[in-house]
Amino acid sequence: MKIAVCMKRVPATDTKVKPGAGRPWIDSTGVEYVLNPYDEFAIEEALRLKEARGGAGEVVVVCVGSADAQKELRTALAMGADRAILLEDAQAELRDAQEIAGALAAAVQELGSELVLLGKTGVDRDQSQTGQRVATRLGWGCAIECAKIAIDGSAIRAEREIEGGREVLELSLPAVLSCEKGLNEPRYAGLKGIMAAKKKPLETKAPQYAAAQVEVLSFEMPPERSGGRIVGSGVDAVAELVRLLQQEAKVL
Amino acid sequence: MSAILVYVETKDDQPKKASLEALGAASRLGGDVVALLYGRHARAAAAKLTGSGAAKALAVEDAQRTHFSPEAVVAALAAAAATLAPRAIFFAATSQGRDLAPRLAEKLGCAQASDCTELRSSGDGKVEARRPVLAGKAYTWIRAKNSTLVATLRPNVFAEAKSGGAPAVESMPAPAADLKSIVKEIVASASGKLDVSEAPVVVSGGRGLKEASNWKVLEDLAAAFGGRAALGASRAVVDAGWRPHAEQVGQTGKTVAPQLYFAVGISGAIQHLAGMRTAKTIVAINKDPEAPIFKVADYGIVGDALEVVPALTAAIKKAIG
Ligand SMILES: Cc1cc2nc3c(=O)[nH]c(=O)nc-3n(C[C@H](O)[C@H](O)[C@H](O)COP(=O)(O)OP(=O)(O)OC[C@H]3O[C@@H](n4cnc5c(N)ncnc54)[C@H](O)[C@@H]3O)c2cc1C
Repeated sequence: MKIAVCMKRVPATDTKVKPGAGRPWIDSTGVEYVLNPYDEFAIEEALRLKEARGGAGEVVVVCVGSADAQKELRTALAMGADRAILLEDAQAELRDAQEIAGALAAAVQELGSELVLLGKTGVDRDQSQTGQRVATRLGWGCAIECAKIAIDGSAIRAEREIEGGREVLELSLPAVLSCEKGLNEPRYAGLKGIMAAKKKPLETKAPQYAAAQVEVLSFEMPPERSGGRIVGSGVDAVAELVRLLQQEAKVL
Repeated sequence: MSAILVYVETKDDQPKKASLEALGAASRLGGDVVALLYGRHARAAAAKLTGSGAAKALAVEDAQRTHFSPEAVVAALAAAAATLAPRAIFFAATSQGRDLAPRLAEKLGCAQASDCTELRSSGDGKVEARRPVLAGKAYTWIRAKNSTLVATLRPNVFAEAKSGGAPAVESMPAPAADLKSIVKEIVASASGKLDVSEAPVVVSGGRGLKEASNWKVLEDLAAAFGGRAALGASRAVVDAGWRPHAEQVGQTGKTVAPQLYFAVGISGAIQHLAGMRTAKTIVAINKDPEAPIFKVADYGIVGDALEVVPALTAAIKKAIG
């Protein structure tokens, strides 16, 4: 089975951000970028699926990103992916899910893979759209936020957590599955993997974007919460807290 | 001004609260609001939309299909959108909404705004949405250039309409659809309790609680709200195996926006804040006065959780009991 894993380069979650000049997104200077954490689950799952089939098939990582995203693609190769495709665009960070899904769907079609894995969301734009859009574009089945995936022949059983329970979805290949934390424990790339990754093929192509309908009007930092009021210390402060919750916040 | 179409989720014959909030948000933007309900109980649930803000409700009763399929609902919404040409289509940002909305947006060639926390109507009648990015560290306002705007709305953020009459209920046949994914079963969690993402009150605990057995004090505090509160947790205690992942609040857990959020023994790491900073009122209890959680909390008590929480529970019981 040829498995395509879509992955993204994103700002690390604990980096401080500030608005960029002349663009409705962050100023990327000094920002640390990493492989999107949810995509790590997708890569790990793809590697396990391949291993469970005696190593038959291929895991190809695909990324819409700037030239810098080669670093994250190499990380994926070091984990064990066989080869990488960078759909290169210096402005990739500004692209909407609709455009990216078009580019990824085209790349997947060209690859001729029948299974696409990716993270449930990118922790940059937090849109949670790409997997569903790629599947819809390709006319494939789709299961999102998978916490468990079982593939038997072409039959897929995917489980996810929903409000107050767990949902079991059945679909079949070809399919797009988005991955949630808890699906697996992603492996670390060891030294051997890192060395091997240097020799693995990384191909660069132009993304075939779909047209975007989105118009970004502004990018702004949230107002600081005015909070920070310490009501008091210990048990003695409880009465005053309850009074404030009742009379000021009116939430009791 | 063209209509706003709202997908209304149902549980048996009840419309879900998060969907009623989406109807409320749509009605405040002006123009007609059309609800679409899908499933065996669609008509019965539509009959419960009095005062929801919907002028019309399309009930797609699909007797043949016993299992839920996202493709079937998307086909019905696409058919409704084709006749209505709505300016926007709203979903609640629930597990169902997160799944359906992008499928529909892609099918219709539309822009989508996910997990919106504010909406407005521009001068020319376009729906504009404010949504958090980078785990709430920043926001963007977006709208669609020419298409309908598909949007999912964060639960607990928008008020229900709670006024107006009953919508005109119309039956709509389920359009043919190529069903690729079928929900085989839904296993309800053992507790059967309110989910942390839906509860109006959330009582969350972190490593400051010291051990799993101390959750009793948080359970008691939650119980004081009589079924309106759910338990939440920091990732540290989920990773430690003290609490299930379903309770985790934060970037790699659930996003919650309750009326009242208690952060007990939680330091307030950026990834935790990502999941709860849009709560209306935040109360922090932490023994360290320098803990970052106090910067986002509306009210804080510096102290030992195991002493403060039982006293708070007693006081709240007295206040609302
Ligand atoms: C990629 C990534 C994703 C993450 N996602 C999440 C997420 O979704 N959710 C999440 O929560 N975290 C997440 N984290 C982890 C996050 O960075 C923190 O490590 C975590 O939130 C800390 O949990 P905590 O506040 O319970 O523990 P700690 O940071 O250890 O804080 C414990 C607090 O308890 C206080 N305390 C101690 N004793 C007492 C007492 N007796 N009474 C009262 N207070 C006491 C201490 O002063 C301290 O402030 C993520 C991290 C990464 C890198």
